[in-house]
Parts: sequence; structure tokens; C-alpha cells
Amino acid sequence: MACDSSTCQSNCYKRQLVEEEPIASKSGDSNKQSVCVKCKAKEAVSGAGEDGRFCRECFRSNLYGKFKLAVTSNAMITPSDNVLVAFSGGPSSRVVLQFIHEMQQRAQKNFDASKDRSLPVFGVGVTYIDESAYHSVPSCEIDEAIEDIRSIVSNLAPPAKELHIVPIEGVFALDSLDCERERLKTLLDSVSDATGKEDLLLHLRMLTLQKRRSAAFDGVVQDVFTHKYLRLQVASENGYNRLVLGLCTSRIACHVITATVKGQGYSLPADIQYVDARWEVPVVLPLRDCLASELNMFCHLDGLKTLEFSNGPCSGINGLVSSFVKLLQEENPSRECTIVRTAGKLTPFHFNRIPELNDSNVPLATRRRQKRFNLKPNESISSESFCPLCFSPLSKSDLSSLSSFESCQDYDILGAACSSCRFQIFPKDPSSMEHFYSVLPQPLLIRAKKCSNGNRSLLRQFQKDGSNLQPTSNIDNQVLAAANCLPKE
Amino acid sequence: MEEAVTKPTKKGGARLCCICNQSRAALKRPKTLEQICKECFYEVFEEEIHQVIVDNQLFKPGERIAIGASGGKDSTVLACVLSELNRRHNYGLDLFLLSVDEGITGYRDDSLETVKRNEVQYGLPLKIVSYKDLYGWTMDEIVKMIGLKNNCTFCGVFRRQALDRGASLLKVDKVATGHNADDIAETVLLNILRGDIARLSRCTSIVTGEDGPIPRCKPFKYTYEKEIVIYPCSLKCSVVIEKFTYAYFKRLDYFSTECIYSPNAYRGFAREFIKDLERIRPRAILDIIKSGENFRISTSTKMPEQGTCQRCGYISSQKWCKACVLLEGLNRGLPKLGIGRSRGLNNDNKKEKDVTQSNGAKSIESKQCGTLDF
Repeated sequence: MACDSSTCQSNCYKRQLVEEEPIASKSGDSNKQSVCVKCKAKEAVSGAGEDGRFCRECFRSNLYGKFKLAVTSNAMITPSDNVLVAFSGGPSSRVVLQFIHEMQQRAQKNFDASKDRSLPVFGVGVTYIDESAYHSVPSCEIDEAIEDIRSIVSNLAPPAKELHIVPIEGVFALDSLDCERERLKTLLDSVSDATGKEDLLLHLRMLTLQKRRSAAFDGVVQDVFTHKYLRLQVASENGYNRLVLGLCTSRIACHVITATVKGQGYSLPADIQYVDARWEVPVVLPLRDCLASELNMFCHLDGLKTLEFSNGPCSGINGLVSSFVKLLQEENPSRECTIVRTAGKLTPFHFNRIPELNDSNVPLATRRRQKRFNLKPNESISSESFCPLCFSPLSKSDLSSLSSFESCQDYDILGAACSSCRFQIFPKDPSSMEHFYSVLPQPLLIRAKKCSNGNRSLLRQFQKDGSNLQPTSNIDNQVLAAANCLPKE
Repeated sequence: MEEAVTKPTKKGGARLCCICNQSRAALKRPKTLEQICKECFYEVFEEEIHQVIVDNQLFKPGERIAIGASGGKDSTVLACVLSELNRRHNYGLDLFLLSVDEGITGYRDDSLETVKRNEVQYGLPLKIVSYKDLYGWTMDEIVKMIGLKNNCTFCGVFRRQALDRGASLLKVDKVATGHNADDIAETVLLNILRGDIARLSRCTSIVTGEDGPIPRCKPFKYTYEKEIVIYPCSLKCSVVIEKFTYAYFKRLDYFSTECIYSPNAYRGFAREFIKDLERIRPRAILDIIKSGENFRISTSTKMPEQGTCQRCGYISSQKWCKACVLLEGLNRGLPKLGIGRSRGLNNDNKKEKDVTQSNGAKSIESKQCGTLDF
């Protein structure tokens, strides 16, 4: 090979790959090539595994192995947990649901076989967030989809899994579904930036998944089959203590680039770890090491039914980034992994791990199950201030701009938002801030108030310490100048 | 760009400049999308750079500064703006133009003509250091010997050293390069895509190489490429820029002036992506730089120990500096020497990685291979 991988640029790397493949196929005879590289017994299935040379069984166990390693090494799920799987119907969440189910079945088998039954079986619930209020999908399509989801979940028993179908507008917790829909529309209409609208919806989705136990904010949800109003409780309301998302490497790679482009470099490492415990219910990403193509392949091979909605393509920055990453992935099949690995080298936050269980109520056997061989606790920096809107950690320069805000209006608590939210979600005209504030969902405002108090006390502490809170560079002035369309002096 | 400059003037419109509120707006400022008049644009453009220089204390009074001049748009405008600001704000700087002649026929010889005219226009002394003089090889000769693979490694390694050598010949305290905000944003993205965390941590700093012999700074760190392109349209620079604007308006493609030896699809991807982003959201470029500055990277990563080359005395983490290794290979007729895993000269295997890391990826960095500012 003319070029050596250590100095080679990626465009050469690709060339090298292309050159290498024919040689490999020439050296082995035709039979050998189609044999699985792992078990060397069965026939390889094209497209299975990263290099497409695994047989069906090896591919399956490899993918499950990645999932299981992520789960155990980060103490994501312990026997006494009750996990909620966020299910969208897409391939990623379908695979995560399947794997969680298999894990639960194994735990159940062990439980049944064991004498002392000291290790309980973790509980599993499934939630589907109905976003038809925003995506204007025909109602028959939604009904069909929900029926499909019901059959998928009910076929995954035993052990039985509870299914919660929650409309996204339920986050507003108003009197009727129509009111809530109206409010959602008003809120999203008040955001002019297309990317900002998408991101706000994302924040609302997380808020819905996390919904807190409080009588006032229990979602009132219409059950499509019985046409009755049921009080449904999601996540912490229902005693769930883990929220499982099916985010895969490909999606995380896109997030790394979008966050960079939106100027969220500081908070980026918070979002891309296996565990994100800044929320009331810690969020875990067991498919962090699996590629979207692998998950698609898995669904195809196992005949798992997935649902596709015609939500329309992402517009704005998010859409642009995902097509860019797709292009790069086609050019070099390990690009997405590289992106996630690079971002993984950034220092995570203190909340990026499952909190230690020191509670004596928790059985010793369970506590012992909390293996965490990958975690280095002292490396992470503690940070206590969060953006009231997107709940991302604030950098010191973000926090310093907060000192200029005087708290005389209700909506001033939003002044502590990160610069990205301020730019893409807040109304451009300061006079419409009050209106924007008034249409935000209550749970978000409650959290925002908490954030705001925390931020202010942190700020006071900084000022007392006399530590320098001035922006470390003049980029903020630059960004501010760009945003306000003001010339610099 | 043509659109931004000419359309508003043609339409005429009653819209007034949103800064002075007096003259008619002549262009839409790419960075902020505000409608402003020509005079205000120059004012804002130059004062922003002044502010960056002051805020970051890039220069001290009495310093000798070399401007890395390639004859391209960035370095030409940098020379123009720096000499103007030096006069206006009494920086007290001695400015010089420093060019590297790689010896690429049909590319560098043309751009050097522009630099020579800059010398006359601004009255700045010009120093040209050539590969031929320093190393005895021109890029044309190197390419003839090694072909089009890895040639950018040679060019990048040699240019870095050539620039430093030229700077020490001029006895300057600092080298200012014309990297603009787009370049830096692109470098941030490329370092993420490439997984180079060490470079990611330092690619956004405005002054680099402070521990080396001659630090470098980037006064255009927050300056948009589009604005640099508009800027020369003023009367001030017209004589010098004539050629450039001419070239620009004649062939609207940026890459038309790409080095003839550096085809690079990968960089093209990132460049195009940045331009697409800018179209949707102009501030994305500044946001990427901001992200780059705010990345939480632990500072405990080991840096290679710095020594000097036993042959030429240039800074090197090895026995011999990379340029000497490459040169030795060329002279002995073994051009593969020093490319990839270097065998032979620097046998210290442990440190090998550092060398390849610091030099290997040069050619996909933000600047086109042939331009001076890198």
C-alpha cells in the first residue's frame, strides 16, 4: 500500500480501503469469503456487522453484546430498577425495546431458578409520545400506529410491560385536550427560527417523558380505544427511575455537530454520555455504540416491525447537519464513530453517571450489582447552573451575562438562558417576551425558577469569592454584536 | 457575494444605512445581515479588527511584525488593514511582508506578482524566501520525483519552517497570518471529524506558538470571509486589489485558485457545509468558534518535549526535524522516508507518533496548500 494509515489523510484512507478489498477477496477463495469471520462456520449475511462479514447469529450476539456492555459497565439497570423505554416506533427504539425485553426475560429466568430470590427482576414500561398535534398526520394513520405499538408491546410478554401513550401537548396540563393543542400551536408559532422550533419540540418531548409527580400536572390522556379519559403517569409519576432512549451512534454524531454549530460546545459532553442524571429520572443511552445501519439491519433480519411516519425532513440546521454526516459516513464508514469518539474525549459533567446507592433500604445484592468499572469519578467538573429552557449546563461566560439581568419581571427568569436558546427560540422582539413566557408549559417554568435561583446563588457565590466572571474571550461580544445587529465601537 | 454587493445598489431603494441613518444602504453585511452604506461598512470592518487586536493584546508598541503574504485575498486585505490601523491608532509597529515561494509554476509565480505590487502600494518591505534557496528543491521538482501522493506533506512541513526562517531573517517578533473566521470554523469541524482532540483544543486560540521562537497571530479570527471579499471593493485598495476582484468576479468559485497539486475532496465537503450553514444562519460561524473555545478538554494531555534539530537547529521533538528527514529522503532518492512510519533516521519509536501527528495531517487543514497563511 502506497500510503500508510498513520500519516494518510482520510481521502487517501478511502482509496486505501477500496484497494484493500479486492486483494482480500483474491487471497481467500470464494467459499471462505462468505463465511462469518467470527464463528467461521455459518454463512455471512451481507451488510451484517460493521464490515458486513458476520453471520446472522454472530451479528445478533455482537449487537446485543454492545448493548449489554453499555448497560452493565455504567450501572444503567439494576435488579430493583423500574425502567421506562421511550418508544417512537423507529428501528433504534425498536431494538432497544427488544434488548431490554430479552434482558428482562433472562433476569426472570434467573429469578425463577434461584433459591433465595434475593435479586428482583427489574420492571419495564413503554411510552409512546404522540406528536400528531404538531406533525399533522391523518388521524387514521395515528390510530393504526398506536394499534401497532400495542400489539408490539403486548407480544413482548411475559413479563408484562405497561404501555403509556401520551400526547406531547399533555405537557401543558390544561383542562382539555383542545386547549392544550391550541397552546402548543401558539408556543411553536411564536418561535420564528425553524431550527429553534425543532429544538423546542425536543425539549418539550423530554419534559413530557420526565413529567413529575404532582397532582396538578398529571397528564389527562385520552385513551383512543375506550374513549375515556385516563390519568396516565409517565416516568417518575409512575415510579420509573430510568428512562431508556434508543439514541444510536449516528444520531449522537449528528448531535455533536449540531451542538457545535449552535455554539453549545460547553454543554455538549453532557448530552452524549451513556448516562445523563441531571434529570429527575436519569436518562440512559444503551445503544450509544451501535450504528443506525446496524440497527436497521437487525430489524430487517429479525423481522421486527417498525413504524415510519411521514414527518417530513428536518429543516434548518438539524437537517443540514444530518445530510452532511450521512455524506461523510458514505465516504468513510467509520466517520460517525470517530465523531462520537472525539466528543467522548471532552470532559463529562458530574451528573453523567448513575448516582451511588448508599441507601440502606436497597438490598445489598442490588448494591453489589452496581458495577461501574469504566467510571472515573474525580475527572468530571461539577456544575450547578442550567439553562432554564433547554436545561443544558451553563458555562462561566454564559453565567456572567446573567448578572446584567435584573429580576423585576416574571419572565426575567428566562434571562439566564444559554445564548443558543436566546438566539433561536426566544422572540427577536423583547416586547413579546412576556407573551412567550405566558405560553410556556408550567412544568418548564417550575424547573426554570429552580434553575434561576440556583444560578443566582451560584453567581453571588462567584462574586463573593471575587472570582473573575468576565468572559474569557471576546467571542461573546462578537456574537452579541452579530445578534443585536449593533456595530461595535 | 456579487448579489450582496451589487443588488442593493442597483435597486436603489429608499433604505438608509442602519448605522449612520444618512447614506443609502449599499450592501447587506454578511455577518449581521444589516443594511449599511459603504463608508459604515469599512468603519465597522476595520474597527472590529482593531477591537480584536486590542482585546487580545496581539501587538505591543515597537514590535516588528511580519504579515504572511500569499497574494490571496486574506493576506492582501490583512496587509491593507494592518497598515491602516497601525497609522490610525498608533500601534507603533514595524510591518513587513513575508512570502514563501514554493516554486509552483502557474500558481505561486502569479500570486507573488500581486505581493510585489502590495509592497509598492503600502510601502511595506517584502521578503521572499524560496524552497529552492532553503532546501534546494522547488515543489515542481518534488512533485516530479514523488508524484501527487503525499506532496502536501512536503509542502506543509517546508512552508511552516520557511515562514519561521523568513521571520527570523527579518528579525520580527511575531507573524500575523490571514486566517479568517471561516477557516477557523472549518478547522474546528475537521478536527472533530478527524478525532484530533489535541488540535481541537488549540485550533481556536488567536495566538499560537508562544513557546516557539516566533509566535503567530490571527487578527482575522472573527472576520468573515465574505466580508474580506467585499472589503477590497473600496477605492482605497483598488489598485492592488484590481487583479483580485477581477479574478474574483471573473471566476466566482473560491476553489478556482486552489493549488494545482492539491486536489482535496474532503476539505471541500467541510467548506461547502460551512457555506450552507452561513446561508441559513450567518452567526453559525461565530458559534462554531465559540464552541471550539468552550470545549471542556482536560489539560493533562502530555505534550511532546521540545528540543532542537541536530542538523539545522530548528525546533523539533526528535533528533532531526521533520523537514530535515524529508529533505534527506529527497536527496538520497528515498522520498518515502519520513512519510508514515519513519524508519531509519529517527529510530526512537516511542516518539514517532508525535512527529507524524504534528505533520501528517497538515494538508487537510483549513488553508489550501498553496496559500501562505496556514
